[in-house]
Amino acid sequence: MAETQTHFELFELPVSFELDLQDLSQRYRELQRTVHPDKFANASEHERRLSVEKTAAINEAYQTLKSPQHRARYMLELQSVSFDNEKDTALDQDFLMEQIELRESLAELSQSDDPLANLNQIMVDIKKRITLVLDDIREQLATEQLDDKQKNSVKQLVHKMQFLNKLQQEAEYQEENLLDVI
Amino acid sequence: MALLQISEPGQSTNPHEHRLAAGIDLGTTNSLIASVKSGLAETLPDSQGCHTLPSVVRYFANKIIVGAEAKSAATEDPLNTISSVKRYMGRGLKDIEEHGGRKPYDFVENDSAVPRIQTVAGEVSPVEVSAEILKILKQRAEASLGGSLTGVVITVPAYFDDAQRQATKDAGKLAGLNVLRLLNEPTAAAVAYGLDKKTEGVIAVYDLGGGTFDISILRLNKGVFEVMATAGDTALGGDDFDYIISKWIMQQAKISEKANDVSHHQMRRLMRDACSAKETLTHSDVAELNIELDDGSTWRGLLTQDTFNQLIAPLIQKTLLPCRRALRDAGVDASEVQSVVMVGGSTRVPSVRDKVGEFFGQKPLTDIDPDTVVAMGAAIQADALVGNKSDGDLLLLDVIPLSLGLETMGGLVEKVISRNTTIPVARAQDFTTFKDGQTAMSIHALQGERELVSDCRSLGRFTLHGIPPMVAGAARIRVTFQVDADGLLSITARDETSGVESGIEVKPSYGLTDTEIETMLRDSIENAEDDVTARMLREQQIEAERMLEALDAALADDGDLLNAEEHQKIELVANALRDIKQGNDVRAIKDAKAALDNAATEFVARRMDGNIKKALAGHNVNEF
Repeated sequence: MAETQTHFELFELPVSFELDLQDLSQRYRELQRTVHPDKFANASEHERRLSVEKTAAINEAYQTLKSPQHRARYMLELQSVSFDNEKDTALDQDFLMEQIELRESLAELSQSDDPLANLNQIMVDIKKRITLVLDDIREQLATEQLDDKQKNSVKQLVHKMQFLNKLQQEAEYQEENLLDVI
Repeated sequence: MALLQISEPGQSTNPHEHRLAAGIDLGTTNSLIASVKSGLAETLPDSQGCHTLPSVVRYFANKIIVGAEAKSAATEDPLNTISSVKRYMGRGLKDIEEHGGRKPYDFVENDSAVPRIQTVAGEVSPVEVSAEILKILKQRAEASLGGSLTGVVITVPAYFDDAQRQATKDAGKLAGLNVLRLLNEPTAAAVAYGLDKKTEGVIAVYDLGGGTFDISILRLNKGVFEVMATAGDTALGGDDFDYIISKWIMQQAKISEKANDVSHHQMRRLMRDACSAKETLTHSDVAELNIELDDGSTWRGLLTQDTFNQLIAPLIQKTLLPCRRALRDAGVDASEVQSVVMVGGSTRVPSVRDKVGEFFGQKPLTDIDPDTVVAMGAAIQADALVGNKSDGDLLLLDVIPLSLGLETMGGLVEKVISRNTTIPVARAQDFTTFKDGQTAMSIHALQGERELVSDCRSLGRFTLHGIPPMVAGAARIRVTFQVDADGLLSITARDETSGVESGIEVKPSYGLTDTEIETMLRDSIENAEDDVTARMLREQQIEAERMLEALDAALADDGDLLNAEEHQKIELVANALRDIKQGNDVRAIKDAKAALDNAATEFVARRMDGNIKKALAGHNVNEF
């Protein structure tokens, strides 16, 4: 397993956004069986260290391929698109406005009459938005070799996904707080 | 030169002897040791036939006793009799005060990050107290199995953080055990349960012990136990039920709540009586109370099931929030959970069963012994790890319970590895210098989910040295955070511009330093009137033998990965080790081992890559 091997190569899968998750997890288990540190408990120190490293690499590849957001991002990275989060968050104004509004409604939850019901609505809304962005990503990544314009467009979508995921986490955190009080 | 002997692929050169291995459930209240005997896991009794060992250690000026005898002395000699020491593992004095606010012992403050308890035998750390319990279990197993243990698996609450895990591993080391793995308690329970019932699919393990609570959601698939998510509370358990009952008794009996007014003796008696009332209520609607007061009088009262349920309702509620979080992190709905396995003595409490059943919408399974299932699962894992298990199908994939992060500017935490990531895991992050000519850098590692450093748990400070002096911002230091299969964090750093590995100095926030452990180890060996050198020699010899045996098996299986010359080179170094290990030079054996490790580097790497290829070869999508 050379350094340059991609996650797709490790799992002996073609580079594609469409992925059979069940097949992926089967392959993952097969790989784990051969390298997991539990199989090397009695091995030499060097071998044990190597096994931890390999297993970690397989875990990393699996986590990346499993998540649509990470998979999309990774596919762009394979096409030499760099993600320098700090600098290029030039998302369209409408999207950012929506984000601000959603965040505000989350912050104002505690003042509403039925915070849990409201939160539930917000969470359903976020999920819907995530699905929409995902559909867009899927459609665009169906093309094998992206031109610069397409790359940029997918990159924007991946950024949107990151925003939405953060928002979802925030909503989940709020839910825990609300349930904790009850 | 003699011809090399190569056996048929897949067959080991010498079918090795059955190795002795054990699983240890180091519990807050009770501890157990189990082993696999003729294919079945069973807990091992002491010479009196008792399986559970109360996790209580009593210190005398010149001796130490552990178990039932120590436990019965808890009320008469409270300050020298340490129970529930698991609660203090990997904790600082401040944590101990914050968690529950009761300190039943004389804690002494000192320079070490680890608090020590003052006893007649001097100051002892929680790690040393735990090691005493482990030593007894070790003796018991070796007497019962008739030989010395090759290795053990010690279980820990899934929600234990890095410091608590490290402390547990240190205790094992101090007890003279070869700790093969730290295994999460709910995962251990799932193994014992899943193999027994041949279950497949999603299961939830609800583990409420004496002092800790865990919930794990697992997917079982053809011998693979994949933890999808875990959550919990490392300071919540049956002890808290006892405490809440004893506070209720104090109110009823008009014993002043002011801490100073309640003597250590009174408090211990109250906790003991509260515990037995709780046990009565598992099979009866009411418990009678006869409380002996400090003035010699007796207070009598009744605790009904209803009152008890009301008292503990908030505590049970506190366990349901982690259940919700675990389900969400696992990405499954309560309705997808096929069975709910109850583990830990506190799940005997009827209202715990009711509330958990309500939450998951099904009757939880209580037909397995909640006290022994963890030790049995650990024994099965230990047996597999030492290589006894012919059925190589068992594979446990566990997760890290809490996110790992770093302190960044402004007291904020940046997450590097998020909770419920499958371990082992490694993540690299690049850093640069802040000032011209800077040659050192400090990294503060934290564990927890919150954004502020002050809300997370400090694991330690890692100082990197030897960064080549450059202008600010020019250096590129790649720091790799690695969590191994025990859930323990290690950090390595490399200067990407020069390729030089940076030195790292670790200062654990709540753990023992390497020097402290070494001192304790030396002391304990000296106390046991053991010969330090002899023990070290024996350890090195055993390790060398193990290494040679593993190499032989590897060469037999995959010798074709080497050409004749490479093969010879390895054999040469291996033969040198074979000779040297017969002697009594510890240093020389160590060096010869290192030389062999070095010589086999390429072979080991090729072998692992070959196996990875083989794993997927021959399979196609349809087959899966």
